[in-house]
Amino acid sequence: MTFGERIYLPAILKGLRITVGHIFRKPATVKYPEEKRPFSPVFRGLHVLNRDEEGRERCTACGLCALACPAEAITMEAAERKPGEEHLYREEKYAAKYEINMLRCIFCGYCEEACPKDAVYLSETVMPSNYTRRSFIYKKEDLLIPHPKKQEQAG
Amino acid sequence: MLLLQIDWAFILEKLILIAVILGASFGVAAYATWGERKVAAVMQDRIGPDRAGPFGLLQPLADGLKLFFKEEIIPDRSTRTVFILAPALFMLTALMTSAVIPWGPDIITANGHISLQVADINIGILYIFGVVSVGVYGIMLGGWASNNKYSLLSSIRAASQAISYELALGLSLIALLMATGSLSMTEIVKQQHGFWDGGWFTWYFFKQPLGFLIFLVCSFAELNRAPFDMPEAESELNMGYHLEYSSMKLGMFLFAEYINMFITSAVLATLFFGGYNFPFMDNVSAWLQDVLPVAHSAVFAAICVLVLLTKIVGFILFFMFIRWTLPRFRYDQLMNLGWKSLIPLALVNMIITGAVILWVFKS
Repeated sequence: MTFGERIYLPAILKGLRITVGHIFRKPATVKYPEEKRPFSPVFRGLHVLNRDEEGRERCTACGLCALACPAEAITMEAAERKPGEEHLYREEKYAAKYEINMLRCIFCGYCEEACPKDAVYLSETVMPSNYTRRSFIYKKEDLLIPHPKKQEQAG
Repeated sequence: MLLLQIDWAFILEKLILIAVILGASFGVAAYATWGERKVAAVMQDRIGPDRAGPFGLLQPLADGLKLFFKEEIIPDRSTRTVFILAPALFMLTALMTSAVIPWGPDIITANGHISLQVADINIGILYIFGVVSVGVYGIMLGGWASNNKYSLLSSIRAASQAISYELALGLSLIALLMATGSLSMTEIVKQQHGFWDGGWFTWYFFKQPLGFLIFLVCSFAELNRAPFDMPEAESELNMGYHLEYSSMKLGMFLFAEYINMFITSAVLATLFFGGYNFPFMDNVSAWLQDVLPVAHSAVFAAICVLVLLTKIVGFILFFMFIRWTLPRFRYDQLMNLGWKSLIPLALVNMIITGAVILWVFKS
């Protein structure tokens, strides 16, 4: 080692110049939740259960999404459409109970790909945090999008 | 009768001064933890803590409360008394050194002088040096009392590092003493009055540059601070002397390190950078006597204390910059540096200082 290398001091000063130079640069931090990073159009976030143009639920409780889910997060119970409920559901079978356990879900999007009725979509929303495990089991009411005609004000 | 013979004013004055200095030490050390995280962050292109209060200023409070609320675990087969004593000893020696540092010039009041130094003993530097040496006991006892092989090894390494660098520290101080002729801290600060005395700078940084460099490097090693933080790193990487500690005892170890940093910066500023002296201080003092005939001495003392605190903050920032820049020394590299490089260098410094005083100044 040369004398200049052995006394360590020139190397220390060079290092200090680099790190002190970094003080005057803009930080790379994104201050969530005030600022958000832009997501790509295919970002997989929270699930939504879709409705058609007249406001009827698309989901028919066929169970393909539950079968496709690698984490077994989706459970459902089917029910038959009664004669007076045509405006609520598209087909004769509908999901009376539809639950997704968000703690199991890995947001892979297989349920979205498997659905034959275009009922389940993964939206851009990031999952919010919560305190109990029970509150992470999202029921059908939490997942359905608002009715396009009746709840326009609320949406 | 005894009660009337005791000088209550003196005791009260000293107690208030001690309380203020202790409060300031704790405050500066707490915000040094905040400052460390912020400085580390800006050097790494990110923002530090900024959620706990505006700019994260309540973060030290949050950390302190967290440590208080944690569970105290004392290992079953450890030596209980020594286990609890070690962090207390470390904290005690860290706080004791603040007693001899002159924080400002005397305040001249109608009744007499109020000294801003708790104890003006005439062996000031030797006292600081002695107390810092006793501080090594805190680390040693902490590792020993943990009843853990790895803690013991780590504390042995920490102690050997401390005593190796204390030698070079003492030798560089001897060269300084040859130049000052006195061990008393007030005397040393008085000799550095102003900034320029017509011939050369008055501050000892310009008269003893090599001594300053050696003292600075050795103080990094005494503080267990990067690049000499082998004891601290071990506790993060593998084990360390504060492995078995939890809750506030761990808090004492960590906090006492920051208080040590504060006090070492104060000692460095006092010995080499003029303490509370600043350029044109006589002009400022004369101006204040014209403007405020009543309280000029107190205002001047306040300005001097602020100047000293600025120098201390500058040194603390320098310590932090070095920590987040340099990689850690390996243990054998550290020992080589201490024994084979710094001690001969300090001896050479002593010889040069002696030669210069003898032949150039002819005194």
